[in-house]
Amino acid sequence: MKTVTVAPEAPSSRKSSGARMKVPTRFLPVIATFVVFVATFGVGSVRYEGFASGQVMANLFIDNAFLIVLAVGMTFVILTGGIDLSVGSVVALSTMIAAAMLRAGWPAWLTVVVVLAVGSGLGLAMGWIIHRFGVQPFIVTLAGMFLARGLCFVISVESVSIKDPTFRDLATGSIELPGGVTITYGVVIALLAVVAAVYVLHLTRFGRTVYAVGGSESSARLMGLSTTRVKIGVYVISGFCSALGGLLFSLYMLSGYSLHAVGMELDAIAAVVVGGSLLSGGVGFVIGSVVGVLVLGTIQTLISFEGTLSSWWTKIVIGGLLLAFIALQRVIVRRS
Amino acid sequence: MTEPVVDMRGISVEFPGVKALQEVDFRLFPGEVHALMGENGAGKSTLIKALTGVHPLAAGGIHYAGGSVSFGGPAQAQAAGISTVYQEVNLCVNLTVAENILLGREPRKFGRIDGKAMRARAAELLERIGLHIDPGSVLESHPIAVQQLVAIARAVAVDARVLVLDEPTSSLDADEVAELFRIIRVLRDEGVAVLFVSHFLEQVYEISDRMTVLRNGRLVGEYTTSEFSRIELVSAMLGREMGVLEEIERRSGTPGEPWLKAEGLGRKGSVAPFDLEIRAGEVVGLAGLLGSGRTEVARLLFGADKADSGRVLVGGKVVHLRGPRSAIEAGIAFSSEDRKAEGVVADLSVRDNLILALQAARGWMRPVPRKLADELVAKYMEMLDIRPANPEAVVGTLSGGNQQKVLLARWLVTEPKLLILDEPTRGIDVGAKAQIQKLVADLAAEGMAVLFISAELEEVVRIADRVVVMRDRQKVAELDGGAVGVDDVMALIAGGGDHGLDKGAQKAVVS
Repeated sequence: MKTVTVAPEAPSSRKSSGARMKVPTRFLPVIATFVVFVATFGVGSVRYEGFASGQVMANLFIDNAFLIVLAVGMTFVILTGGIDLSVGSVVALSTMIAAAMLRAGWPAWLTVVVVLAVGSGLGLAMGWIIHRFGVQPFIVTLAGMFLARGLCFVISVESVSIKDPTFRDLATGSIELPGGVTITYGVVIALLAVVAAVYVLHLTRFGRTVYAVGGSESSARLMGLSTTRVKIGVYVISGFCSALGGLLFSLYMLSGYSLHAVGMELDAIAAVVVGGSLLSGGVGFVIGSVVGVLVLGTIQTLISFEGTLSSWWTKIVIGGLLLAFIALQRVIVRRS
Repeated sequence: MTEPVVDMRGISVEFPGVKALQEVDFRLFPGEVHALMGENGAGKSTLIKALTGVHPLAAGGIHYAGGSVSFGGPAQAQAAGISTVYQEVNLCVNLTVAENILLGREPRKFGRIDGKAMRARAAELLERIGLHIDPGSVLESHPIAVQQLVAIARAVAVDARVLVLDEPTSSLDADEVAELFRIIRVLRDEGVAVLFVSHFLEQVYEISDRMTVLRNGRLVGEYTTSEFSRIELVSAMLGREMGVLEEIERRSGTPGEPWLKAEGLGRKGSVAPFDLEIRAGEVVGLAGLLGSGRTEVARLLFGADKADSGRVLVGGKVVHLRGPRSAIEAGIAFSSEDRKAEGVVADLSVRDNLILALQAARGWMRPVPRKLADELVAKYMEMLDIRPANPEAVVGTLSGGNQQKVLLARWLVTEPKLLILDEPTRGIDVGAKAQIQKLVADLAAEGMAVLFISAELEEVVRIADRVVVMRDRQKVAELDGGAVGVDDVMALIAGGGDHGLDKGAQKAVVS
């Protein structure tokens, strides 16, 4: 973006050109994602009767509440330039711990607390190792992924169903919105997570430091920012979000199973990237990741409406989209 | 004069095997611009880092604002009012100008960042240094020069009493430098002590009130700029180590045909087109200050940088230097000034380092027989007097001088026709220096062409048959024969300033 070469004596022209190009470049990927979302949803509305209803929209959130939460956590990690491969396994472990504890007769609130603590603790451990030993996040979270998946099998190889009344009530309960559209409690929790994440990222020092670390870690350190806290913190947040996503997933499935959520970390990463975040860090928005999840969900819905197409088409389309978005980002980065 | 705000006494800093600073005193007064001068490796950066707590002190103490201090790192120094702006802009280009200025100390309301107050405060700080840009714009959207000024705005946002500018002008053009200087003056008049590091003499004379000169990790002196001529400064920076070394008897052989000829070779933004001839059996010295283009000349001849004008002839035939590989094939060797990063492989043994070069020269199809390898290693270790005389010693554990010898040996193994030596004697002790100089003379006597780059004029003048002088990225002169004196070269390096050119210095052939 060396186009602004006005000498400092000409403040007015600099200001206007700076402001003019600032908005699009920063938000362009998110806007592009939103356009893609509107377009896919539009295609569905034109092709299928009943697609363009409030409930189909609501179902997008209901069916993907857990993924939204995962994508939120993943956004923090990716913003610092890291990656967290453990989220899918932590989801499975969370469903497993929840199911096993409830089966053993523990109260629901305590189960929730324990699951969230385990997820956050795993994140803390991974973040600490990444920071302390300077190991690539890829390897450390890969190890975390195997560990969490393995722990599932230690608890039980079989699927454990959840019969706890509190969980059942939460899972089946619904909230009616104006217009006869219903959503689940899971959606509310997911949206609360999104709001909290936006607040933390944009209105707290921690959040701004996340962006700073992603932009340039050495600069952030020289600026005297607490990079250590942030670098470990994002993995704690991601671990917490994985556990929360796991709880939502156990509500969605009403069971704990070792093979739940296999490969879900990749869905989360895909959503974040489609949502316009750069894997190199420093650029991206939580809202983008949410729209990214919605895009993935819409494609899935489209394919189920089509009926004749195999669900594997979802993967193919997502693959194509991912490539398109990475190409788009490269173009934007190159231009700037 | 008032009390100094920073008073460093007897500062010594040591790295494994190197004494980076030895008993240096340094004083900085409020309301002055103080230039820290010295060639590469003189210890300027080390002194700054000793002040800001990056390097621990081996000896000495720092007084700051009346008390004895010892900072644990830049963050602590900054909190105490010592801000540093580095050569590369250390900001986050993905954030806004306001955020970059106030990151870590944003105004907050009820625990959340108050964006409006932040932009207002940033605008105020930008106003203070007279920079009119939108604090809400992304830093990336501004040119490097403006980013540098934003870094300064950040530095003064903490009510800095000391502002350290480490080569802030190296990537700026003339107008931008003027803007920077205007801001420096504003801050100086407010009572900020500015420590300014630059290798551009013009700028130093324009902006600084006093200067401290370092050489080889030692203090040369503290001077008032207006009373210190350029020629004195250059001589203080480059030093004169007269009489330490034995006279090298050479300049006897009559060099033959030019082995390498560069015609109008140049590269935009790096070095202006120049002509150069190097004959077999001749040592050509390349003199100039840091940043004058001397290393750039070497890199062009070695193909490490691509020339965008001119051509190179080897033995009368045009060669296309597409990269170091083609230069090596043509018989050119380049021993880089940064031997740690571009020269030796510090984790391998002396033997492996030598074999590596030989193997590269032979190609992977022809393994080096063990016997030949042992012979070569023994030969060069003896010839260069590498110590310890153990081929299995890991290079990283050797002293600087011996590492340099290993690097030389690496190139000699490949039997080059032209040897380019960039600062081969920097940072090594006097004994090793003399050995390397002797070796260069011997190699030339055996018919090798040598391009010898050094910041030490004594050395260049003593060893070279011809001296090429660089200034401001241009070849300004070529001095022939053994009659060249250090003073002549120094005058040419100091250039056309009004600060006391030696009479008679201009008699040199100015091309």
